[in-house]
Amino acid sequence: MRALLIMLCATAAALWGAYPSPIEIAVSANGSRLYVVCEGTDEVVEVDAAAGAVVRRVGVGQHPKSVALSSDGRQLYVANSWSDTVSVIDAASLKVVKELAAGYEPNAAVADLEGRFLYVANRIGNDISVIDLARGVETRRLLAGRGAAYLALSADGRRMYCTHIYPRLGPFRSPPESEVTAIDTRRQVVVERERLPNAAGVFHVVSANGGRLAIAAEMRPKNLIPLAHVEHGWVIGNSLSVFGADIGEVVEVPIDELDRYYTPPFGLAVTPGNDQLFVSTTGSDSVTAIDLPKLLAYIRAATPVERRLMANDLSASANYVSARIPVGRAPKGLALSPDGKRLYVANRMDDTISVVDTATRRAISTIALGRPIKLTAERRGERLFYSARFGFQGHFGCANCHIEATVDELSWDLEPDGFGVDIVENRLLEDIADTAPFKWNGSNPDLDTECGPRTEKYFYRAQSYSPAELADVVAFIKSIPLRPNRFRRQDGELTAQQERGKAIFERTRAKNGTPIDDTNQCYVCHSGPHYTDQQLADVGTGKPTDRSPLVDVPQLNNVALGAPYLHDGSARTLEEIWTVFNPHDRHGVTNDLSKDELNDLIEYLKTL
Amino acid sequence: MFAAGAAGAAAGGAGGAAAAVPEMPRFRWENFTTENGLPDNHVFQIKVDGSRVWAATENGLALYQDGRWKVYGTKDGLAHRAVLCVDVDPKTGDVWAATMGGLSRFSAGRFDNYTQLNSGLPNDVVYGVAVQGDAVWVATAAGGARFDVKTGQWRHFNERNTPMYEIWTYAVSAGTEKVYYAVWGGGVLEYDVKTGRWKDYNDPDGETEIVLLKDQGLIHEITTSVSWAEKDHVLWVATYFGASRYDGRYWKNFLEKDSGLPSNFLNHVKAVDGNRAWFSTDKGLAYYDGTNWAVYRPALDTKAPEMTVRDAQGKITQIPVTTAPSHNYILAVDFQGDDLWVATAHGVSHGIRLKQKETSK
Repeated sequence: MRALLIMLCATAAALWGAYPSPIEIAVSANGSRLYVVCEGTDEVVEVDAAAGAVVRRVGVGQHPKSVALSSDGRQLYVANSWSDTVSVIDAASLKVVKELAAGYEPNAAVADLEGRFLYVANRIGNDISVIDLARGVETRRLLAGRGAAYLALSADGRRMYCTHIYPRLGPFRSPPESEVTAIDTRRQVVVERERLPNAAGVFHVVSANGGRLAIAAEMRPKNLIPLAHVEHGWVIGNSLSVFGADIGEVVEVPIDELDRYYTPPFGLAVTPGNDQLFVSTTGSDSVTAIDLPKLLAYIRAATPVERRLMANDLSASANYVSARIPVGRAPKGLALSPDGKRLYVANRMDDTISVVDTATRRAISTIALGRPIKLTAERRGERLFYSARFGFQGHFGCANCHIEATVDELSWDLEPDGFGVDIVENRLLEDIADTAPFKWNGSNPDLDTECGPRTEKYFYRAQSYSPAELADVVAFIKSIPLRPNRFRRQDGELTAQQERGKAIFERTRAKNGTPIDDTNQCYVCHSGPHYTDQQLADVGTGKPTDRSPLVDVPQLNNVALGAPYLHDGSARTLEEIWTVFNPHDRHGVTNDLSKDELNDLIEYLKTL
Repeated sequence: MFAAGAAGAAAGGAGGAAAAVPEMPRFRWENFTTENGLPDNHVFQIKVDGSRVWAATENGLALYQDGRWKVYGTKDGLAHRAVLCVDVDPKTGDVWAATMGGLSRFSAGRFDNYTQLNSGLPNDVVYGVAVQGDAVWVATAAGGARFDVKTGQWRHFNERNTPMYEIWTYAVSAGTEKVYYAVWGGGVLEYDVKTGRWKDYNDPDGETEIVLLKDQGLIHEITTSVSWAEKDHVLWVATYFGASRYDGRYWKNFLEKDSGLPSNFLNHVKAVDGNRAWFSTDKGLAYYDGTNWAVYRPALDTKAPEMTVRDAQGKITQIPVTTAPSHNYILAVDFQGDDLWVATAHGVSHGIRLKQKETSK
């Protein structure tokens, strides 16, 4: 009986279980081993590159996001984004030898050339931890940009570059802008912030030409114009930012074509001879191969004006793109063999590694990492969520704006209800299954309406999901869990300041004793486990450009992570919701609060 | 006030043996005004960061480096043109500028601004800022606050949760053990980092200019500056009516009439250690070595460069000098090795230390 039970459990695991979801790869110095970080199973998988087979696995922290090798090849560093730690793994034994504390949501961890210090990009903290590896302690915290996520060490070891998945939080409806944060590794301070104009959503960065060149993969959203025109790249441009001594100022170049898009550009790898650059495009299930010398020659031949406008010239890519290589579903991280002959591609949604011959630029084999036999509705839906194939000419998918199911921190003019009408920003998609209705004005009663024909008509402008596919997408969205809240104590208790804020949140009388009307008490509208009564409310935040002042009461779980705020993103911080946009006490009675009382309220809201 | 006579450094009475004049630091002064690239001659504060010098001026934040001034203003992203105080995080190099319109954080060319509307900053009028570890302490016109750079949390300190009865905090000095606030009209507040407790220090004479109880407490409630010498556990305080030194048990007060202070009107005090300090007054820059005093300024009447030394007996000697700080109205001072950088009402002065027989600051 016991044996039967064990067999049944094993079968169930084989049938259902968790999907590895590989996202990043590191290759051993001799090329014999691949180390693949699997976000779905919280593990690092060691693969025999020649045999194309998994040889070992090691468990790490929650939601690992990256893996990097030390320069001597002896240690692996894995950023565990939900554990706020970095696992240090001995590569020989594949055992975790140390856990290092990092900041909020570490997304990448890369060591300096000497192996003395580890740099960790903290995505929620918007900063970079510098950790002394010998002592295992953080020695300084450097200011980065919003959503600091990816790191790369320059070839000469002098610079550590950091890119960001969110743009700078500039003035409302201003052009988006991102930055590459450059750290001097000798002094361990930020020495430069390379501005990336019109970029929002920047992913991997790579160093080439001995450190004289750097390239970042980015999206260039056209969020300031109405989403009325999809063809010719009028929604999101997929580009590379090229900068460094070999180029001078930043030049942004497209990887799209006039009638076909490759989105979003995510992973990067440069061959040892600096002749080829490979770019994974996650939603397009492909890898773009770029002739790097041709790209540089093209840029250098351009006039300054041409360089500034190059990103919008969709004919440009024909000058330097050498191939589009079909790989598996949702390709993410890339890594090259030391001799540059093989490119390994992590196919997140297939749970495989594609092996590409870099000479022929063709995928020649696939390495399976092991996954459940059955595909659940959630997994099928997740595949669709990250795919751009439903958008017109493959222009974009859900994940272009809902970056990894979060937000893009941009405001958009989305639907053809009139140009400039109903400006909106998006929200986190975590734990929203029971928060209907949807859309900023609550006009979509369920996710099927939110993601169904509306998406087809107003977003994709092409044939959208079948009913079965729609059901799968909805199943996936409903399954997205809430990430840990970093502002509440681990034991769940509130600090004294947070308790004061809670009292303000729950108060029924103003400070002068005047009763606050039910409809204007915070916790009446923001009630329940998701802090929403799921009704519509007019809280005085409607703009003249809105068709109606009524908004769907938003859920407040992890509200600290959802900047900017209000339905259109006009409040850049939580404070501004009340200091700027509540002059008549219609969004709760707050004008009788002192500044420190408002501060207490906000510290409490951050714990939700 | 000073010994008469233009005889210079001669000391001693007629017919008597010359008493030794205490050796006090001497400087050659180089002065910078708008003619040298400063954005404004009204300079509120100065901060030395290695070979770089930051000046908080009425019209921008200025950086002196490699022999040139570079100016950052609102067009570069600074929160407000009037910069009242500046500090530098020694670990990251980030520059924190307290302005009349918020708190600016300047890092590798980017300004991030915290205002009372967009953040937990209590008030946009930020008089003082001090970085200590992961904490940035601010003194504002509506109380103090502490910002944790790692967690992004703001904590406010005002009359509701501290002993302060006046919330106009004018300056802050932060150490690893204690943090001190100069509360304009409210004395001094002390924060114990370990226990999280506050304590106040007030003028035992009450809010008057009469000194009935000398050396029994803070000299006056209108405090403008505090400087915590943590190694020696000594606090120095500048007020508009004299200066105080507190070692945790005993107070020592300094007035113009019984010390070498050229004036009771003090804008700033900067500790060297528990025994020595520099005082920025409206009538010159003063230095106290624990026994003797020196004053550096353009003479009040003739504007000629002037340096005087006052010994323990109160004897004042004129020291011949050819240079002086730019103006007698001194607002702040900072150290660069043995050199001084001084914020004045007419520009920035760089005091280049001249070699002496004995080194004493």
